[in-house]
Amino acid sequence: MTMLPQLLFSGLGIGAIYALVALGFVLLIRAAGVVNFGQGEFAMLGAYLLVVFFNILALPYWLSILLAVVLMAAFGVIFAGATYWPLRHRGGLPVIISTIGASIFLENTVLVLYGPAAEQVDGPFGDTGIDVGPVFMASQYLVIIGVAILLVILQYLIFEKTLLGKKLQAVSQDKEMASLLGIPVAGMILLTFAYSSALGGIAGILVAPILFVSTGMAGAIALKAFAANIIGGYGSIPGAILGGLALGIGETLGAAYISVPYKDAFAFAMLLAFLMVRPQGLFGEKISEKA
Amino acid sequence: MSTRILAASGAPPVAVTAARPWRGLPAAAIAILAAVALAAVAPDQGYLLNILMQAATYAIATAGLVVVLGYCGQISIAQAAFFGIGAYGVALGTADYGMNFFVALAVGAFIAGVFGLVLGIASLRLGGHYLAMVTISFQQILTLVLVNWISLTHGPDGVRNIPRPVLFGLSLAGGRAYLGLGLVALVIVTLAIWRLKSSRLGRAMQAVRDNELAASTCGIDIFGTKVIAFGISAVLGGIGGGLFAGGFQYISPDQFSFAESIVFLTMALLGGVQSPFGALLGTGLLIVLPEWLRFLRQVYLAVYGASVILIMVFLPDGLWGIVTERMRRRARPILGAVPRLPLLLLSGRATEEVVLEVSALAKHFGGLKALDGVNIAVRRGTVHALIGPNGSGKSTFINVVTGLYRPTAGRIRFTGRDITGFAPHQRNRAGLARTFQNIRVFKGMTVLENVMVGAERPGSDVAADPAGVTRRALAALDFVELRGDAHRMVGTLSYGHQRYVEIARALASSPEMLLLDEPAAGLNMTEKHGLGLLLQRLKGHGLTILIIDHDMALVEQVADHITVLNFGRHIADGTPHSVLTNPDVIAAYLGEPRREAA
Repeated sequence: MTMLPQLLFSGLGIGAIYALVALGFVLLIRAAGVVNFGQGEFAMLGAYLLVVFFNILALPYWLSILLAVVLMAAFGVIFAGATYWPLRHRGGLPVIISTIGASIFLENTVLVLYGPAAEQVDGPFGDTGIDVGPVFMASQYLVIIGVAILLVILQYLIFEKTLLGKKLQAVSQDKEMASLLGIPVAGMILLTFAYSSALGGIAGILVAPILFVSTGMAGAIALKAFAANIIGGYGSIPGAILGGLALGIGETLGAAYISVPYKDAFAFAMLLAFLMVRPQGLFGEKISEKA
Repeated sequence: MSTRILAASGAPPVAVTAARPWRGLPAAAIAILAAVALAAVAPDQGYLLNILMQAATYAIATAGLVVVLGYCGQISIAQAAFFGIGAYGVALGTADYGMNFFVALAVGAFIAGVFGLVLGIASLRLGGHYLAMVTISFQQILTLVLVNWISLTHGPDGVRNIPRPVLFGLSLAGGRAYLGLGLVALVIVTLAIWRLKSSRLGRAMQAVRDNELAASTCGIDIFGTKVIAFGISAVLGGIGGGLFAGGFQYISPDQFSFAESIVFLTMALLGGVQSPFGALLGTGLLIVLPEWLRFLRQVYLAVYGASVILIMVFLPDGLWGIVTERMRRRARPILGAVPRLPLLLLSGRATEEVVLEVSALAKHFGGLKALDGVNIAVRRGTVHALIGPNGSGKSTFINVVTGLYRPTAGRIRFTGRDITGFAPHQRNRAGLARTFQNIRVFKGMTVLENVMVGAERPGSDVAADPAGVTRRALAALDFVELRGDAHRMVGTLSYGHQRYVEIARALASSPEMLLLDEPAAGLNMTEKHGLGLLLQRLKGHGLTILIIDHDMALVEQVADHITVLNFGRHIADGTPHSVLTNPDVIAAYLGEPRREAA
């Protein structure tokens, strides 16, 4: 049982990654009504951009990260232009299918370019860390948790305290009214895509030194992001964050105490359990369509 | 009651193509013979045989996607998982447990179906993307299990030497003979799925796909319909996979991965997910094309992914959609006389019997009391109007009465039954039909199919008789004078005519009572005039109607009784004259007069 605090810490770190991806996922649902099945690929692309800039081009670590995040934001706009824009008036189903197509395209394009072998990224912290009682807190995990907290606070401040944030909220609540009030709805939606993609990219960059970077990471992370959303409550921002953390801790404990090969199955089990028992999740509202 | 009158009316024979049980049988026989002939001329082994074998078994699974995605509008991204379950059923059942091939096939398909039902029941109460998320997860987990549960599945090595069956003493061990089995199964599945589309269940699925709310008020159990669609899809995946295992006699986990699910999805979308023929076409193309385009071998999945987007943008109905669109344009109008609607044979006389009794009905949204203790009694054979200024609670009232909202308090009795706890489809089955303020027709269906959905509401006297359903739907279209447009896609009609289609859909269900939610909204002057005449005809026939509208001219024309709502409470109730001269009503509509001026 002395393992437990250590496991909780690791779970929290990996959960923070899931939370960031889930957060990008839920923002797109709220802003554009888009259920994006390419969210995991955002993380994968972010990690591969880091590989390109840091491992291959040998740029400084921080510059590599900066370039990767900026490119991911730009990529979000391209992604929106390909999957969402042409189909935005045709309802939810065609957009969902086209994001599935995009996710397959991205994953396999990267596979063709870089091959199936996983890449390793050596972060600047190496194996350093601090001992807190019985728990060894690895620096990279501390960075992940710190960045995630920072991003959540930053996002809260932007959404609640700035005019831009109010406009984004207005667009997510009522596009027609927002556009009548002179808010550039299309611009706000593209901005959300850019932000969501950057968030996914950051998650990928943060996790790169811990996991190996491979195309397989996209599917695994996307699965966790979906599950985090359902566990936290569909469309809920605090739900996505807490759902992500709960999943990270749940699967870390599951892997330690139950089974390692089935690590990825715990998310699925938790997802099904919530769907059966509490489909609205931790923070969800019961949604009813207006007649 | 209505059945008796219908029987007495002696409906004249009509030129309607009745659904005959043997219809299509000759075509089916020819198709099966063609399948056998194709198998007979195919080589007994080698490359071409493998291609045909793969196409036949894949196409069965793709047909499953037609049901769940094409007909019912729910995305499943786990068709390869169900295919795999079926394949492992046959492989392990025959090779490890010594089962008969067909028993193992049935077991595999059954297990696939059970998984489908469990996943469907867990996720389909919620929006369509939940199924997508759950199936995508299930797909990944199944791969994990197939690779890791080595004692059962043989792990990554897969299962070898899967035997082929003997059928009626005829050995199907040869490649040609086994291909015959696969092709015959494919023909049967394709025809069955094609027939399903124009069956009652198929129309229910399409109604759910096009508009869930409207479907529920047409007596369709949305959740049940979706679960059945997904269940059928899973079973077809299992059957296809089982036959695949026998065909190739060797299977391994990587054949049933997420990537293969995407292949199935692309096949269905490319060919056209609305039809099993489209699925067949798409499967054939995508199995043959990669063989021709060998240089794509490395990048074929990336190409598939990009194709999915391109198909969604440029070819939403797939290749087969182009064909069906041409056939639809050539459909001839339906001529000949049709019988009258039974409800129009009722005597047009008001009675004292209360059909709908609403007592102390309340609906609160947070602090807002949209309805606050409303009492209304609608008598049989009368036209009862519910009016009130914007925000007075009229639409909330109709939504609570039809079951779309749960009331905060109060009771609703309909034809003597307490229906307060009924789901929307149960209320419709009890005889309550409605139209919507914002038109809700089934956009992916023809005018006739839209109205047929209404006619076959469970509990309707013709529901069990396909020919009767068609006749009833035509009769309803005749009543609103749209029979000439029966074969058009409903979305191509003008707004006003779409509203008539909605009314016809409600009338075709032979309702005890019709609720009209602002039927005049969005209509121009001519259309409003036509609507007024239509309502007067309905009133003349004695249909019980509850109408909500702003248009006083329309309400005055038809109402026997008016209830006025304001701020969720009723402020007046009575005959049109007494209500429209009531000072409270005038104040609610025009505002209080200033005291000094008075």
